[in-house]
Amino acid sequence: MSYLVQQLLNMLQLGSLYALIAIGYTMVYGVLSLINFAHGDLFMLGAFLFFIVITLLKLPFIPALIITTALSACMGVLTERLAYRPLRNAPKMSAIITALGVGVFLENFTLALSPYPQHIPETVTNRAWLIGNVTMSSIQAMIIAVSVTLMLILDFIVKKTRFGMAIRAISWDRVSVPLMGIPVNRIISQTFALGAGLGGAAGVMYSSAYPVIDPYMGIMVGWKAFISAVVGGIGNVRGAMLGGYILGTVEIAVTMFLPSTYRDIVAFTLLLILLIFRPHGILGVPRSVKL
Amino acid sequence: MAMKFNKFFTVFITLSLAVILTGCSNKESSVKTENDVIKIGVIAELTGEIPAVGASCKNASEMAVKAVNDSGGIDVGGRKMKIKLQIEDNAGRAEQAASAAQKLITQEKVVAIIGPNSSAGAIPASEITETSKIPMITPWSTNPKTTLDTRLGKPKRYAFRACYMDSFQGQVLAHFAQNNIKAKKAAILFDSSSEVLKGQAEVFKSTFEKNGGSISAYESYTQGDRNFSAQLTNIKNSAPDIVFLPSYYSDVPLQVQQAHRLGMTTPFLGSDAWASSDLLKLCGKDCEGFFFSSHYSASSKSPDTEKFVKAYETIYKNTPDDVAALTYDSLGILFQAVKTAGKAEPEAIRNAISQIRDYHGVTGNISFTQDSGDPVKGVVILEIKNGAFNWYADVNP
Repeated sequence: MSYLVQQLLNMLQLGSLYALIAIGYTMVYGVLSLINFAHGDLFMLGAFLFFIVITLLKLPFIPALIITTALSACMGVLTERLAYRPLRNAPKMSAIITALGVGVFLENFTLALSPYPQHIPETVTNRAWLIGNVTMSSIQAMIIAVSVTLMLILDFIVKKTRFGMAIRAISWDRVSVPLMGIPVNRIISQTFALGAGLGGAAGVMYSSAYPVIDPYMGIMVGWKAFISAVVGGIGNVRGAMLGGYILGTVEIAVTMFLPSTYRDIVAFTLLLILLIFRPHGILGVPRSVKL
Repeated sequence: MAMKFNKFFTVFITLSLAVILTGCSNKESSVKTENDVIKIGVIAELTGEIPAVGASCKNASEMAVKAVNDSGGIDVGGRKMKIKLQIEDNAGRAEQAASAAQKLITQEKVVAIIGPNSSAGAIPASEITETSKIPMITPWSTNPKTTLDTRLGKPKRYAFRACYMDSFQGQVLAHFAQNNIKAKKAAILFDSSSEVLKGQAEVFKSTFEKNGGSISAYESYTQGDRNFSAQLTNIKNSAPDIVFLPSYYSDVPLQVQQAHRLGMTTPFLGSDAWASSDLLKLCGKDCEGFFFSSHYSASSKSPDTEKFVKAYETIYKNTPDDVAALTYDSLGILFQAVKTAGKAEPEAIRNAISQIRDYHGVTGNISFTQDSGDPVKGVVILEIKNGAFNWYADVNP
């Protein structure tokens, strides 16, 4: 029993991280119909920014988290301005290739600074609480709590505020929305800021939990988050959260019952099967193509 | 016209013949003057992904050669001969290792080759030395294929190594877990994407079970994984006495820290993949008190080792790592073989190396007794104590 509860906690931890990163994918796709393949590398950049903030500025965890999130948001806006906006009206294929290029650029940019893996110093006092036979660490609790809080805030923004309404409007129809007086460019920039900021926050928590960071750490995590977003229904924020938790659960569950080498193949096969039956993801809604 | 061409042709041929002949005679005379010099090739990973390995190999080989030359040279059949090194880079890559070996043998006419260190380079280079019948000693390559001809299924005749093989290391670690740590139940977590680490896990498992122990959990992961919570929870649930962790030093800190976060207090046991000073930096106090196996320890109390470490430190201002120590021993073995052979010829050197018994090296005693290039030698067990690698025990076969 305690074994199952322990694994459940592991699922929650991994799922929270995937969900947080998946939201960034899904939001950018929502407003631009662009799969931002550089998102995983923005997450990596967040981890490195966090490393710089805590080693150079020597800030404690909470201020470091806030500053890193803000810096990551700026990076998101910057990539949108420099790489995606000039191609806004170009064919979709060009935008996807650009996204891949931005990712490779970010990886090599970090690689050029230092090729060695860096070690993140401990910023959250690591404590392990024993409840019955189940151990919960302070970092695990922090990841789950911060992620869930950030996701609740985001859900509120998207569903209840004027800004969120604008995002949803643009995602529905980018052509006629400017006619209603909505500043499309500003909203898109803000969406990028929000998505990249969450990615950066995920980078902070990921590197606190797994404190060795390297320039390529965003690739696999980025793929997993992308899959989470697709499973939940890409473009749908709640779907991305659900997808993140599903992927986290499947990965841990496979390792529980099968040799861990099967983890990725079983997880991805399950997801492919799901997509065959629900091509729009679990919470996605099929849309007719506008002509 | 035809006449003219013929004349031109004759002149051309005569001239080129003259050039070739003088070239040959020149070469002959130069060989004569260099007759008191033994030319040895070194293939090291000077650039590429493991430049630190190549640097250690280069430093140690230059140091070993300088010591011999300063003492007047090596005694070959009553004549003192100096050693000349020819160092080639292979960038840690297979094709460059092969072409470096080719160049050393055909152009430089070396009598023996030291290196390459990585198995990726040592395996193709040993194919070349085998067909050219030039003895080769790799200091650091632990892969069986380096000294084994997989097509014939028998040892290569000219390939040797100065390090032990992984199978032996796995056995020693299993014995150590059972005899020194008194473990009855062991769990294993290994990198299944690495042939070397997977092999270590398999040997440990079979030896541990053969000696009456049981394996409570056999978990794996793949390169690049950061989250090991599911595997570690399985391991914790199986309540082992020890966890064997054949993982590279960059993964070890993550695994150990996550285990501690899960409330595990079981000791971990590592293999030579742990041996990097980066481990101490990355793992901090989480790895304190754990043991792992290694080729050699710079803090060993053996006089040979102490002398080597001191000499190396005065020249290069840093502590020699296992590659440096193994390179030094490789050259030592080669020098002794030249001395006993009494002539600097590849075939004679090869025979002399295969007859080396109980060579007292920096990395322990080395013997070639199994009619193969794999030596019988001890494993060093190191303990992580007060933020440093400390010598704990020598385990001899």
